[in-house]
Amino acid sequence: MTPWRVSIAAAIASVLLLLVVFELIRSRRLRERYALLWLLTGVVLLVLSLWRGGLNTIAGWFGISGYPPAILFAVGILFILLVLLHYSTVISRLSDQSTILAQRLALLEERFREERDQHGRA
Amino acid sequence: MTEVLESTSQVDARLRALKRVAIVPAFNEEQAVTRVIEELRGFDPGLEVVVIDDGSTDRTTEAARACGASVVRLPFSLGIGGAVQTGFRYAWEHGFDVAVRVDGDGQHDPAELGAILEPVLADEADIAVGSRFIGGDGYRSSRSRRIGIRLLAWIVSALTRQKVTDPTSGFQAANRLGIRLFAADYPHDYPEAEATVMVFKHRLRMTEVPVAMRARESGQSSITAVRSVYYMVKVVLAIFVALFRRKAVPLE
Repeated sequence: MTPWRVSIAAAIASVLLLLVVFELIRSRRLRERYALLWLLTGVVLLVLSLWRGGLNTIAGWFGISGYPPAILFAVGILFILLVLLHYSTVISRLSDQSTILAQRLALLEERFREERDQHGRA
Repeated sequence: MTEVLESTSQVDARLRALKRVAIVPAFNEEQAVTRVIEELRGFDPGLEVVVIDDGSTDRTTEAARACGASVVRLPFSLGIGGAVQTGFRYAWEHGFDVAVRVDGDGQHDPAELGAILEPVLADEADIAVGSRFIGGDGYRSSRSRRIGIRLLAWIVSALTRQKVTDPTSGFQAANRLGIRLFAADYPHDYPEAEATVMVFKHRLRMTEVPVAMRARESGQSSITAVRSVYYMVKVVLAIFVALFRRKAVPLE
């Protein structure tokens, strides 16, 4: 069985994660779109820390009989991987978009100069 | 009958005195956008039309320009929220007194604009929204979508302590105050419900007007069945966050 102290510590950590994420959204430093996975992580970890019987059962499925809290680590790592992968796709999209923006800006600047020069000569 | 005619011409007179613009967000709507622009002209020839082409891959921009509309073409898709906000920024920076949003897919019938503009022209509201659900149910849709809209309506009504029947409607009119707010801050992905809460938080006056909407002429709704649960979770979260979030810095 999971030691109580582990459950309590894990629950506190999950609640802290949720509070920090919520405050970041509220103060407009984090968009909901990018916060959803973090919120899901916090909720799942919170449920698994408090629902001790469930943690044991899930540990049983994976053949972990000695130390059920290992599941908390496994789930935590899984979600961190998901968040990182998600961010990799977000970064890729942002870099594509900033390329497009730079190109558009450079082309506009060139056209603007051209038209200004023509105007000046006339 | 005479009463109707009289009130129509009255709206025109008040409207004619104002600098007015129609914001038409369009994403791959080369078929529908032409008709929308023509119908807007039919409603009010003095209405400036600005199409926000949200990174379309078809000839939406060319079609709209051919009809004489101004077109702001975004270099990539910002989503409906970003596109609409671009339109309100345009309206703000060009000094328009009143702006209406009419979607480029043709589901908003410009003939209904008189009704939607009425509360704004009468200075009874800063933002007026066309609702499909006041009075008769002039809207055929899948059952799940109607349940979703009803749930959202209930949440938004409770939070804003005001009866909101159609929190996903983007068919709206705004005066200078409304333009200013939406130019400074407009929610992203599926923005209308969140925008309603935002309007309430900023203490602007919002009202709903019964309208009929048409079935989409072309293109696809941005909400597919697979995504609807994800959509609901996100919108409900966004609505609650909007209630607690810091206010946007208003534009000068």
